[in-house]
Amino acid sequence: MYVAAKGGERAIENAHRLLAHERRGDKNVAELRLDQISEQLSLAVDRVMSEGSLFDRELAALAIKQARGDLIEAIFLVRAFRTTLPRFGSAEPINTGDMRVQRRISATFKDVPGGQILGPTFDYTHRLLDPALEQGFIPEEPAITEAADLSTPCITDILGSDGLIEPSPQGAEITGDLTRDPLRFPAAHDVRLQNLARGDEGFLLAMAYSNVRGYFRSHPFAGEIRFGEVEVEFFAEDAGLTVPLGSIELTECQMVNKFNGSAKEAPRFTRGYGLSFGHSERKTMSMALVDRSLRARELGEDVVAPAQDEEFIMSHSDNVQAAGFVEHLKLPHYVDFQSELGLVRKLRQEFADANEALLVEEAAE
Amino acid sequence: MSTIAEMPSGPGDKVLSAQSTFRSVMNAMARPASVQRIAALADAPAPMTPAMAAIALTLFDHDTPLWLDAQIAESPDVPRWLKFHTGAPVVHDCGMAAFALIADGGRLPALENFAFGSVDYPDRSTTVIVQAESLNAGCAYELRGPGIKGTATLQATIKPADLFEQLRINEVLFPRGIDTILVADDAVVAIPRTTRLITKGS
Amino acid sequence: MSSPAYNFAYLDEQTKRMVRRALLKAIAIPGYQVPFASREMPMPYGWGTGGVQVTAAIIGPADVLKVIDQGSDDTTNAVSIRKFFVKTAGVAATTATEDATIIQTRHRIPERALGEHQVLVYQVPIPEPLRFLEPRETETRRMHALAEYGLMHVKLYEDIAKFGHIATAYDYPVKVNDRYVMDPSPTPKFDNPKMDNCAAIQLFGAGTEKRIYAIPPYTKVVSLDFEDHPFVPYRFNAPCELCGSEDSYLDEIVTDDKGGRMFVCSDSDYCEGRQAAGHTGSLISAPYKERAARG
Repeated sequence: MYVAAKGGERAIENAHRLLAHERRGDKNVAELRLDQISEQLSLAVDRVMSEGSLFDRELAALAIKQARGDLIEAIFLVRAFRTTLPRFGSAEPINTGDMRVQRRISATFKDVPGGQILGPTFDYTHRLLDPALEQGFIPEEPAITEAADLSTPCITDILGSDGLIEPSPQGAEITGDLTRDPLRFPAAHDVRLQNLARGDEGFLLAMAYSNVRGYFRSHPFAGEIRFGEVEVEFFAEDAGLTVPLGSIELTECQMVNKFNGSAKEAPRFTRGYGLSFGHSERKTMSMALVDRSLRARELGEDVVAPAQDEEFIMSHSDNVQAAGFVEHLKLPHYVDFQSELGLVRKLRQEFADANEALLVEEAAE
Repeated sequence: MSTIAEMPSGPGDKVLSAQSTFRSVMNAMARPASVQRIAALADAPAPMTPAMAAIALTLFDHDTPLWLDAQIAESPDVPRWLKFHTGAPVVHDCGMAAFALIADGGRLPALENFAFGSVDYPDRSTTVIVQAESLNAGCAYELRGPGIKGTATLQATIKPADLFEQLRINEVLFPRGIDTILVADDAVVAIPRTTRLITKGS
Repeated sequence: MSSPAYNFAYLDEQTKRMVRRALLKAIAIPGYQVPFASREMPMPYGWGTGGVQVTAAIIGPADVLKVIDQGSDDTTNAVSIRKFFVKTAGVAATTATEDATIIQTRHRIPERALGEHQVLVYQVPIPEPLRFLEPRETETRRMHALAEYGLMHVKLYEDIAKFGHIATAYDYPVKVNDRYVMDPSPTPKFDNPKMDNCAAIQLFGAGTEKRIYAIPPYTKVVSLDFEDHPFVPYRFNAPCELCGSEDSYLDEIVTDDKGGRMFVCSDSDYCEGRQAAGHTGSLISAPYKERAARG
């Protein structure tokens, strides 16, 4: 005897219980602490902070733990928390020129004022699995010298003094916020950058790759990539003064792209910009490439490739949105499927009838 | 690492008051000509009535430019009260306003001055809130349109007396247009841009 | 680490004000999609975040909430959303359609006619009826602005040319108040006629796509069709095997791997109500109460 399925509520509760059990894994293995995640999986924490658009290492570490290491799920957890936070205002624009750099490289010049600083990087490591890490070990203390007193000006500013590169765009007076205002096309540059900064690293990487590989070539050079700490300040309106909020780690990438000029403009270099919380060069380089390719309309370039298509990029870059929508296909759709079943059955019947009629006709002939 | 939500504040719980006021306004907008009641009236300095004040607390914030008519703009306390409680910016060009607050309907600017929205974004239009003398006595307005089953009659005393005639511009403008909210005592009536005047009695 | 505290019905007041303003404009311009700054919700995009934001913006302590998915109160996503509001807003929940003041739904409209005291909140995945004909928002917005719906009629007519009738079974486009072509959300087209001249307020929330739209009560809603090919709602031609209903939408249940099928009401509350009132289908010989006690 058929009885309509019941017990959804209990099924969900039990599923959640099982999930908590699975998350913990073997109870004989020590529980992960948040500081372990924050310290030893720091790049995962950086990514969750960037794409979750919330600078809070502790919360990001908690999200990673709760999500069992699924970073998109962790980003989702952080976003859902961030959205409930009240806003007190906007920080003053940060000055990455004043960054206390740990790493700073330029691919466009052999040497630059302030020097090339390799810093902590996977570049030039041989990707050989290290059995020593299985047990863990205390690494050597890093080599330290006196901090050079040299300033590290942005490479693009050096090019800028010759007029060889377009000036850095002036910021909007009021910066847009796509978490507070619905997206409209065409979108302003500030909103595009926000979308890319929150965008999925993998998606941006693929789009950037398509761009440099041949779907619209933008002739890019890595003008500069820098990573380090910058101060964040807030102008307190009631007190009438700027107060420091602390410092955060950021990665910045400025791409330099050849621009052949147009009827109205002389040939010069143009910019693409990438910025993320923490240390993420893959993300910021991808972001900078896509930022530049999305300026096609502004620079009078033909829009021929996906990486130049603002609606396409901005509508599909967000992994929380994309994951939710793709995975919603797991939800029951049987009511619609039933309607389709009815339609397909009818179409098949009509097809069969028509064929039969044809056969009868042919037989009669 | 905690969030300061806008939590209930004493007996005049602003979260729940805003909810109930919104439902009254929503029901009014969805059922034009019907008289809805605002239960959580808010104290406000004259000439702003408690019903208009309740709507202000429910719908206004930093994102809603306001236009104030002379009577409100020139009152000593209302602009300050609005700034303090809602943070909404006041604009002098009523074409920029999300909401217009009208205490003295007799001096309502010509409706063409308000924002109608664009055909692409007809929602970017001014909602005009007018304090009426009465929403249960006076002239009988027979109305029809979405939200009204057949026709409905509103009995009201409104300034300007020809408000509904003026609102006829909505017929040619649609989907652009002006949405109007009338308040009197604890009553609220909405006349969205789709509502049409059939007859006007005495 | 202090534990986070959340507002009544989860959303902060600023977000609610933004959603509320969008709702008022949506009601004032029936069928027009109002852009709104949809928030990240604690459930995934595509799983009802739009509907949840609309419900959170309107719900109050006096409301009685019903949540359905595929017509049923007991599907997992319906359970999850209902629990969310019971937890965050402390509201009463019900499965009885007539007792609810707010009904949030995915993919169905209840069989029982809705009343003036009710609000129906639809969860919408893709609000743009023209999306699959023209993927660009910049283009579709223009078409709505000019009421230029030729593309939709061409598509429907191509169906007729190819199949002899319109081959859209759900998500069947409607025209609201003689102006905007609107996506009714992926309800089966069987439900379309219920939207017309409905006594309840109908609100639509699309979270991923950041759109809110509405149909006020007693508003004309017409399914698109042609004079020579009128709109026909589809229903499997059989009575419900549990309650005998001849006019409700039916789910097809696969009963074995040998082609066995049975058909029962998709609206579980409607079906149970009819059974409680003594109606029976072919499958049921035992009285309803006895079965309920067993199962």
